[in-house]
Amino acid sequence: MSGALHAVTMPKWGLSMQEAKIVEWKVPVGGEALSGDEVVDIETEKIAAAVEARHSGVLRRHIAQEDDVLPVGALLAVIAGADATDSEIDAFVADFQASFVPPDPTASEVGVPTDTVDLSGGVIRYLRRGDSGDVVILVHGFGGDLNNWLFTHEPLAAEHVVYALDLPGHGGSTRDVGDGSLEDFADTLSDFMAALGIANAHLVGHSMGGAIALTFALAHPDLTASLTLIGSAGLGAEIDGTYIDGFVHARRRRDLKPHLEKLFSDPSLITRQLVEDVLRYKRLDGVQDALATVAGQLFPGGRQAAVLRDQLDQLMLPVQVICGVEDRIIPPSHALGLPADVATHTVTGAGHMVQMEASAEVNRLIRDLAG
Amino acid sequence: MQLNKDDALRAYRTMKTIRVFEDRVHVEFETGEVPGFVHLYAGEEAIATGVCLHLDDGDRIASTHRGHGHCIAKGCDVRGMMAEIYGRKPGLCAGKGGSMHIADLTKGMMGANGIVGGAPPLVCGAGLAAKTLGNGRVAVGFVGDGGSNQGTTHESLNLASVWQLPCIFVVENNGYAEATSVKYSTACDDLADRASGFNMPGIVVDGHDFFEVYEVAGEAIDRARAGGGPTLIECKVNRYYGHFEGDAQTYRAPDEVENVRQNRDCIDNFAARAVSAGLVQEDDLASIDRDISDLIEDAVNLAKAAPKPEAEDLLTDVYVSY
Amino acid sequence: MGIKTFQQAISEALALEMERDERVIVMGEDIVGGSGADGEMDAWGGPLGVTKGLWGKFGDRVLDTPITESAFIGAAIGAATTGLRPVVELMFIDFMGVCFDQIFNQAAKFRYMFGGKAETPVVIRTMFGAGLRAAAQHSQCLYPLFTHIPGLKVVVPSTPYDAKGLLIEAIRDNDPVIFCEHKLLYTQEGEVPDEAYTIPFGEAAVVREGEDLTIVTLGRMVHRAVEAAEALAGSGIDCEIVDLRTTSPMDEDAILESVENTGRLVVVDEANPRCNIATDISALVAQSAFDALKAPIRMVTAPHSPVPFSDALEDLYIPTAASIEAAARELAEYRS
Repeated sequence: MSGALHAVTMPKWGLSMQEAKIVEWKVPVGGEALSGDEVVDIETEKIAAAVEARHSGVLRRHIAQEDDVLPVGALLAVIAGADATDSEIDAFVADFQASFVPPDPTASEVGVPTDTVDLSGGVIRYLRRGDSGDVVILVHGFGGDLNNWLFTHEPLAAEHVVYALDLPGHGGSTRDVGDGSLEDFADTLSDFMAALGIANAHLVGHSMGGAIALTFALAHPDLTASLTLIGSAGLGAEIDGTYIDGFVHARRRRDLKPHLEKLFSDPSLITRQLVEDVLRYKRLDGVQDALATVAGQLFPGGRQAAVLRDQLDQLMLPVQVICGVEDRIIPPSHALGLPADVATHTVTGAGHMVQMEASAEVNRLIRDLAG
Repeated sequence: MQLNKDDALRAYRTMKTIRVFEDRVHVEFETGEVPGFVHLYAGEEAIATGVCLHLDDGDRIASTHRGHGHCIAKGCDVRGMMAEIYGRKPGLCAGKGGSMHIADLTKGMMGANGIVGGAPPLVCGAGLAAKTLGNGRVAVGFVGDGGSNQGTTHESLNLASVWQLPCIFVVENNGYAEATSVKYSTACDDLADRASGFNMPGIVVDGHDFFEVYEVAGEAIDRARAGGGPTLIECKVNRYYGHFEGDAQTYRAPDEVENVRQNRDCIDNFAARAVSAGLVQEDDLASIDRDISDLIEDAVNLAKAAPKPEAEDLLTDVYVSY
Repeated sequence: MGIKTFQQAISEALALEMERDERVIVMGEDIVGGSGADGEMDAWGGPLGVTKGLWGKFGDRVLDTPITESAFIGAAIGAATTGLRPVVELMFIDFMGVCFDQIFNQAAKFRYMFGGKAETPVVIRTMFGAGLRAAAQHSQCLYPLFTHIPGLKVVVPSTPYDAKGLLIEAIRDNDPVIFCEHKLLYTQEGEVPDEAYTIPFGEAAVVREGEDLTIVTLGRMVHRAVEAAEALAGSGIDCEIVDLRTTSPMDEDAILESVENTGRLVVVDEANPRCNIATDISALVAQSAFDALKAPIRMVTAPHSPVPFSDALEDLYIPTAASIEAAARELAEYRS
């Protein structure tokens, strides 16, 4: 019997996802799928994106049909070698379905997979995935949180120990941002690593998180295994100041949505629920002040205060820069003209949120660099 | 004021009917079959009875949210009341009013009332009608200690006095406005003291003592009928149950109700005094008890078996005509 | 964050604001319970226990009142103009009848009458709605009457999350706010952050997106609309549900935007049908989105009668998911 039968299942993206709708198959029955390839587009109440293959092979069977709404963990497709027989696949599907128990939709967030750690600057919420391998730390950008990496947590966790944290002033972490400087955030990162006993990590930073990761790496090269900067701040002076200002001050859905749409190449990715989630965060006492402090420190007058590109060549560690060609927040040109040993990847069809719009490619690049 | 045997038996029957009715509603409420908000009158029977014994169907009363006792004392049909409390079509208000809004205008009962302090202005109106029509009728407004603080009560006392209306305002001071003590909510020691500011007699009576209520109410009603104007009577009393059914009553002292039940129960005291004075016989009372027991049992059975209102009843009686 | 009831959400909002701002006081009938009596204090915490525990934390800033709504609602309004930020409880919205002057002739008009010189940061919390067999004087949906009055802001939350955020917003707001709590929603559960947060007034929530038909509603009816929308989805009728959250100010843009997209409107309001929120919204859409309409507007409301006591009648009185569904089907099939 062929050993190479693999289930493609409904992923769990983010803390509250329970089900999703099948939008469109990207790989037909009989088509080749390589690990990391996008197999099927799905849509949750928060976001639409593609499910990636975790194994290479022939896509032998579509179990889910377009427009089906299926729970997390449900069988979507079967990938197998071309030599697997139909009866083997039938048996595999039957076995899977017999043992599959959908998650209880009424269960509250019992066992929320995030954790918190109490640092000197306050409580930090984080998510940890994966049991073995090098440590990868994911650092989100201004106004974001660990869910900005929801398409990255699981794919990287197969071979790495993945941490995604909420920076101070963000997500479920303390509202105390100190003076809101890159150095303060970088200090939080080193406190975080010390508290969790992480001696060395591959740092992946998005946007402001990129500038923080870079600041950290410059200060602690010994703690940094590699650096992946995505749509990164800190590489040039320009930034869309209207976005920063709009994000900080919008209180209403109608005001916020146009700003969030600037983050993506495809603005239809901004669902009602995504806007609502950002509003729910922004409504919390202290958040607006924290964001205003950070914005005032890092992006005064709609410009980036810290440009660190000239210091990149001091780093004696692998560095790559990824940017979306259609980034409307930070000009993709900031990724150009960097030192020769910095690998630069420009991704077409992606805006500022490259890791969400082109997650398969970003995940592959991170894996390639982190080994 | 002399009480004859018939009146004494009527008084006993009324008080006991109220008590058994309320005790039974209390039990039935706990089964979950009685819907809505229910406020029981048990413990206060001497007041409604002592006042209403002086009234006939042409005299008017207006009541409170704790109105079952006033209804029974004013002659409302007990079976119709029970059916109303169960929300049934044969109920006194066709199932549309419920416990808090039982009324029977043919009996001079202008309604229990869901609004605290709702009654006093209404009885001013009833008094004005009687005075204008010159028919010798009187109107009695019941209000609790809580309601006595409402602006409507104060305004009505003033109006009744300046117009010399044939009105009697009976404050049933059971010590609590819901869960708040009268000691907290009320600035005067005796609510009856307020009468002097409105230039009318104000009298305090023991609301557990039927004879005292009966006598004081009789004088006030006679005065009103004779054109002598209004009176404020404060009856100090205790309620045996909570503000509403379901009230845990943790605000009351643990033995508070039991003490009153043991030592000051209006029905026990009435029976003892009436029997020892030779006014009535034990057997008379026992026979009445049996009647009442059958009546209440019958009322509950009828209520439970009675049909509920139907869809076409929903929009009837919003107006006389529309 | 955690799952909390509507009732807990309100209690938490009060406690957080009392902690944050010592000018915030809470008053009302038996919101403590047991005052002056020989038994326990905090015996009730309000008739449904919503304010229970506040007295233990804040003592004299939580005041039981005599049953004198004109006096204590008026006093809260007076205190609001002179330095406090009272949250006063009008136990049942029906009791507005005994204190309405203080609300609509006093609180609502100070700022305007006094040439912009007064601020009246009072919140009047009040319980409304049918379904408890509480009969005609304890079951009404009178928020349209408050909505009618310029100078008042009117909030009608439908979820625990909204209740907390809108109540904190109300307490921090410098105008008089009528905060209407449906009595059958107190046990409703939902996710509510532990921290304080605010939801701006005049921002409707689109609780469900859809292409075929818009249902605009509020309060408890939001849940019945969701139920109806789920049934309709089974027939391929895709409903958008707009939860107003506040009726004054009202998010007209959200209503118009949705109707312009769907072309069909059902308005669901538990209030009596004349001069209510449903008529208000229907007029708005008829005036401002007439060209977008593919079918007449349908209003699903209580009938023009007092709230009946008997469960048999009260259940007919309250708009149901089935009645919403029927109205929606009629529009979906209109001239198709």
